[in-house]
Amino acid sequence: MSRLAGLLARETTLAWGRGGGPLVAVGFYIGVATLLPLASGPEPERLAAIAPGLAWVALALASLLSLERLFERDYEDGALDLLVLSETPLELTCAAKCLGQWLATGAPLALAAPVAAIALGASPALAPLIVACALLGGLAFAFVGGIGAALSLGARRGGLLTAVIVLPLFTPPVIFGGGALDAFAGGLPWQAGFALLGAYALAAVALGPIAMAAACRNALS
Amino acid sequence: MLPAPAFLANPERFMAFSRWAAPLFGALAVVLATAGLWLTFQVPEDYQQGDTVRILFIHAPAAQLGLFVYACLGVASFLALVFRHVLADAAARAAAPLGAAFTLLALVTGSLWGQPMWGTWWVWDARLTSVLILFLFYVAYMALRASLDDEAKAARAGAILAMVGLINLPIVYFSVEWWNTLHQGSSTFAGEGKGLAPVYRPPFYLMSLAYMSAFGSLWLVRIRGEVWRRRAEAAALRAARA
Repeated sequence: MSRLAGLLARETTLAWGRGGGPLVAVGFYIGVATLLPLASGPEPERLAAIAPGLAWVALALASLLSLERLFERDYEDGALDLLVLSETPLELTCAAKCLGQWLATGAPLALAAPVAAIALGASPALAPLIVACALLGGLAFAFVGGIGAALSLGARRGGLLTAVIVLPLFTPPVIFGGGALDAFAGGLPWQAGFALLGAYALAAVALGPIAMAAACRNALS
Repeated sequence: MLPAPAFLANPERFMAFSRWAAPLFGALAVVLATAGLWLTFQVPEDYQQGDTVRILFIHAPAAQLGLFVYACLGVASFLALVFRHVLADAAARAAAPLGAAFTLLALVTGSLWGQPMWGTWWVWDARLTSVLILFLFYVAYMALRASLDDEAKAARAGAILAMVGLINLPIVYFSVEWWNTLHQGSSTFAGEGKGLAPVYRPPFYLMSLAYMSAFGSLWLVRIRGEVWRRRAEAAALRAARA
């Protein structure tokens, strides 16, 4: 257990410290959220209608950004070989990596999400649900995205490839989270979408590491 | 279905079988498609859709095949991943562009039908959206295989992605369905969708079988090509070593 805790601490520190850490993700997130009203026009009524959705999609894109570093550096400097050789199952190692990623970028993004949404014109009453959705959705984005990052190890143009692999897999969480926010904003029951988002995130946490570990072993074979 | 992969797992037997099976399926596809297309132009116009109903005989089988080929891709990938069978991987690799082509055909013909019928090339309807995402799944699979240089690694990575896609595809379908019912009722489909009128069934079934035979033929041809390519590479390697 302490080994796993150490691993999680290592991954979180690396994700937090290396190359700007959460600053880059949050900066990218704010940048995208700034471009959206510039593209669609500044009328508050129009923006307010789509603000939660915009904030939510920008979040999916921002969590895509930091995926490339998830396995690539450990793969290049040989640390991944050592992680494979260790007694900890590779599946757990992969899960720790994604969890560290989530703690270092998913959580700061979740805190930035309501700010961006309210700035775009969403009702402040939406803020708690946005944070909750962003935390759960970030978990799903990290664990599903990890599959894409692990699969594109050693590939040419790895970052772009990861995005192409992962974006279609992001559809269910984007739909469930967006649906929950939309329903809440419209005064409708939002629990169904939120529960489905949670179910998807938990399934990704349970199954994603298996695919990630298989992909890592394949890349190192 | 199940004994077929076991029987065909032997490459020699597969090559002997596909040598006559591929042209046979091809000829069958031509015959069925000729009959189906002839009937397509014989059936009366639909009282609502007019002549555009004929597009559906090209469109609907393509959409069916788009899904069916992904199932084939998934099964072949599973066999390749678990039993490390070379021929299964060749089959998976050969199936992907065919499935993508059928899916794209379904999207394009659907769009051509939608313009006169719905007055728009595209609506964010549940079925259209999920077929579009299915197409993206194919694109991701092909992109992954194309960007890994090591063929054995590309094969296994592709197989893993195909399995992930197979698990995710039902979830995507469900979520898109849920999203659509949440946002709006599908007014576009109101008033129809109670099944095909009997007069339209023969051309539809014929075209469906024609597509299936065409896929069978093209798939076998592409697997054969894959086998020949690997043999040629092995021969070139031997010649280089000698």
